[in-house]
Amino acid sequence: MAFVPADRHRFGLVLTYPLDDNLALTRYAEPPFAGGLARLVRNFRAITENAVRLVKEFDVRTPSVKASAGTLSGGNQQKVVVAREFRHDLKLLILDQPTRGLDVGSIEFIHKQVVARRDDGVAILLVSAELDEVLDLSDRILVMFRGRVVGTFPADQAQREKVGLLMATGGARA
Amino acid sequence: MRRIWRVASIPLLSIVLAFIVAAVVIVVSSVFTSTGLDVFLPIGAYGSLLAGAFGSGTGISNTLVAAAPLILGGLAVGLGFKAGLFNIGVAGQFLVGAFAAAVVGARLADTSGIVGVPIAMIAGALGGAAFGFIPGFLKARTGAHEVVTTIMLNNAAVLLLTWAVNDLVRAPGFSFPRTGEIGNSALPILLGRNVHLGIPLAVIAVFAVRWLLDRTTTGFEIRTAGQNPNAARYAGMRPVVITTLTMTLSGLLAGIAGAIQMLGVIGFYAPGITASVGFDSIAVALLGRSDPIGILFAALLFGAFRAGAPLMQIETSVPIEIIDIIQALVILFLAADLIVRRVFRVRTPKPVISELATVTQTWAGGTPPGGTT
Repeated sequence: MAFVPADRHRFGLVLTYPLDDNLALTRYAEPPFAGGLARLVRNFRAITENAVRLVKEFDVRTPSVKASAGTLSGGNQQKVVVAREFRHDLKLLILDQPTRGLDVGSIEFIHKQVVARRDDGVAILLVSAELDEVLDLSDRILVMFRGRVVGTFPADQAQREKVGLLMATGGARA
Repeated sequence: MRRIWRVASIPLLSIVLAFIVAAVVIVVSSVFTSTGLDVFLPIGAYGSLLAGAFGSGTGISNTLVAAAPLILGGLAVGLGFKAGLFNIGVAGQFLVGAFAAAVVGARLADTSGIVGVPIAMIAGALGGAAFGFIPGFLKARTGAHEVVTTIMLNNAAVLLLTWAVNDLVRAPGFSFPRTGEIGNSALPILLGRNVHLGIPLAVIAVFAVRWLLDRTTTGFEIRTAGQNPNAARYAGMRPVVITTLTMTLSGLLAGIAGAIQMLGVIGFYAPGITASVGFDSIAVALLGRSDPIGILFAALLFGAFRAGAPLMQIETSVPIEIIDIIQALVILFLAADLIVRRVFRVRTPKPVISELATVTQTWAGGTPPGGTT
């Protein structure tokens, strides 16, 4: 299971750390990133290799994997979080507002990656307030309003207006 | 080189500025002495300070002996800073460590030093660790702020140990309450009159802490908890464990500082023993920017102050207390780095001094890092 949190600055990244540490943040104590007695010793070679590979694969624009995460643009920061969490061997991937505040190019790139993981057989739970994002990506849509599910649609039956209205009003007048 | 300058420029320039301002204080104070105004007095004073600290074999030994507990104490405070914790309790942990080492050392006074020294050292380390564990556990479990608990525990340590020396372990045959002679448990003298085993031990501790912070997952957890506690929790780290462990390790280092001071310099525990090491350690950690190597150099500087000051007072009549002024000014300029940047026109980008943020913000600003869940 993996989770992309909504707030990359608060949760997803340690801005003062270099990219390679950030790209291993949620698996810092697992092999190959840690080894030795009680997995105490960090393996910097594996951490760097992992970072170099992911930076290339996810096209993160950075001068080096040693640059600190805080120096990157928002889109590239989010790519770092996504690159770290989007593994092929997942069973479940939870995304919380994965494209909030990003430029169009980054949004499209992340959307493509989401669909690619779906095609790998990963179950994906996408939480988003972006109507277009929800409609573009989902196979099944649940609308929540004030903590309750107020509507369920298969993607091909979800009409833009209906879903939008439910999101905004909770179906009180719909 | 540029990398070093980027992190070390503000501390180094703060030291320079502190010396300049302290020189003004020395000149002004010379007006009130019998010799009258002496504009060149600071040069003479700083000259004998330097000569006293490094000018002779004895001076260098004294500097090293004074620096050793500051290295360990600075590491203790610095380790806390790395996790976003402000351990003001080094003074108390130092005393408990010193007391434990003194009592165990006195017990083993007649056994061989090969047995007595390590056991007394371990006793001191464990004493400090236990006294660091208390505020760590309280913080982790209840959110009790470590600044408050460690300050209170400092007083608790002083009073508790005074009682213990008076009523539990007072050695017979002395006119005042104190622990017994440590005999063979004294740290071996390696060089000259007073260069004891604790000095290389302190240097080893520098590299041990550096290894812990840079190379281990535990160190990564400590640093992450300090840099971004939310991200630490998201990454699956356990704040309760990290906070407790960091304070315990911090106390352990402070306890070793107490133990080497006890077994290498003082020799017995008596109420009223000075714990100024505990507070100087905070200054050392700030000046060293919590970096183990930085702390090593900062401790050597402060050790040199202590070692050189007596000669300065003898040769130029400038009182030893001027050292406290210089130390205070160094920290003042570190905190107010804008002044340093203006005066020296430093152009390096402003790095976030997270240890100062720990000192100022965690205290005033709502959620303590790695604290309550």
